[in-house]
Amino acid sequence: MGEVIVVTSGKGGVGKTTTTANIGTGLSLQGKSVVLVDADIGLRNLDVVMGLENRIVYDLVDVVEGTCRLRQALIKDKRFNNLYLLPAAQTKDKNAVNPSQMQKLCLDLAEEFEYVIVDCPAGIEQGFRNAIAGANKSVVVTTPEVSAVRDADRIIGLLEANGLKNPQLIINRLRIDMVKRGDMMNIDDMIDILAIDLIGVVPDDELIVVSTNRGEPAIANEASLAGQAYRNVVRRLMGEDVPFMNLESDSGFMSRLAKMFGFKKKK
Amino acid sequence: MDLFKMFSKNDNSKDIAKERLKLVLIHDRANVSPQFLEMIKGEIIKVISDYMEIDESALEIKLTRTKRDADNSTVPALVANIPIKKMKETGKI
Repeated sequence: MGEVIVVTSGKGGVGKTTTTANIGTGLSLQGKSVVLVDADIGLRNLDVVMGLENRIVYDLVDVVEGTCRLRQALIKDKRFNNLYLLPAAQTKDKNAVNPSQMQKLCLDLAEEFEYVIVDCPAGIEQGFRNAIAGANKSVVVTTPEVSAVRDADRIIGLLEANGLKNPQLIINRLRIDMVKRGDMMNIDDMIDILAIDLIGVVPDDELIVVSTNRGEPAIANEASLAGQAYRNVVRRLMGEDVPFMNLESDSGFMSRLAKMFGFKKKK
Repeated sequence: MDLFKMFSKNDNSKDIAKERLKLVLIHDRANVSPQFLEMIKGEIIKVISDYMEIDESALEIKLTRTKRDADNSTVPALVANIPIKKMKETGKI
């Protein structure tokens, strides 16, 4: 029986879909069998982020309504071993599916895959309830901004109220230069406020935009700092203990940064 | 680096962000409405008015957070600022 992990945030635009794509790709690079589920019905995007938009025939709603078999709707990503996408429907809305249908769908997928990664839509309405219905683990993505952190806090409360204990935090788009100036909340500030376990810190990285343009997850790019951060997240998800570095201490900032993301100094 | 810190310390926007967030989250988490605080305010005025004359218009009541003496952990606190005009006879010994 595989793990069903929902990637959520409350606020839109903080990087849920990018995170889902990268975690999923990373797990498959680690030799796991993975299916990505786009639960954002009506506003699907995981397909374009993954570069699989031209291969969609059936979607999640077709499966739930019995128009096709589950296998027929799964798109195999040919670039990676054992990585599949179940796209959302684009012409329906969130009410086309209900939580118990999603629960069954996730259960069916978990029979066949080691990891089911569900990309949750923004908000706390039906789409959110659908996305979390079948999950047994949750990841909360936030950026170091008051609006995103506030929404993350609300989501954490809702996840726990729905039986998803111990959600894990990904701090996305951290700008080290701004943290350094005191113009952006740092990792400790955010853990202090949200009081949940941290599973990753992803620095702001232009390569994310570039790789999204191309439809190639950044995690496969060795040169990307964000990609390295996602590789660490993946290893932590698999239970490995990958250390974090403390940005607060005083010496050798760049080397600490490099260490934080698991880099060895090259120059 | 320290020099830079010295200059920027007073207007660190992240500290402002953190403080504002902490306050707004107390309300979010407690799930209290302004009406709820008004109800508490009304009850407090009712009780206290038996013993002293207070300035009702200046009465302030808010949810905030404070450090607990025992273990220095942060806990939510209800803070009321109640200006007293004078004690009533019933309150005196």
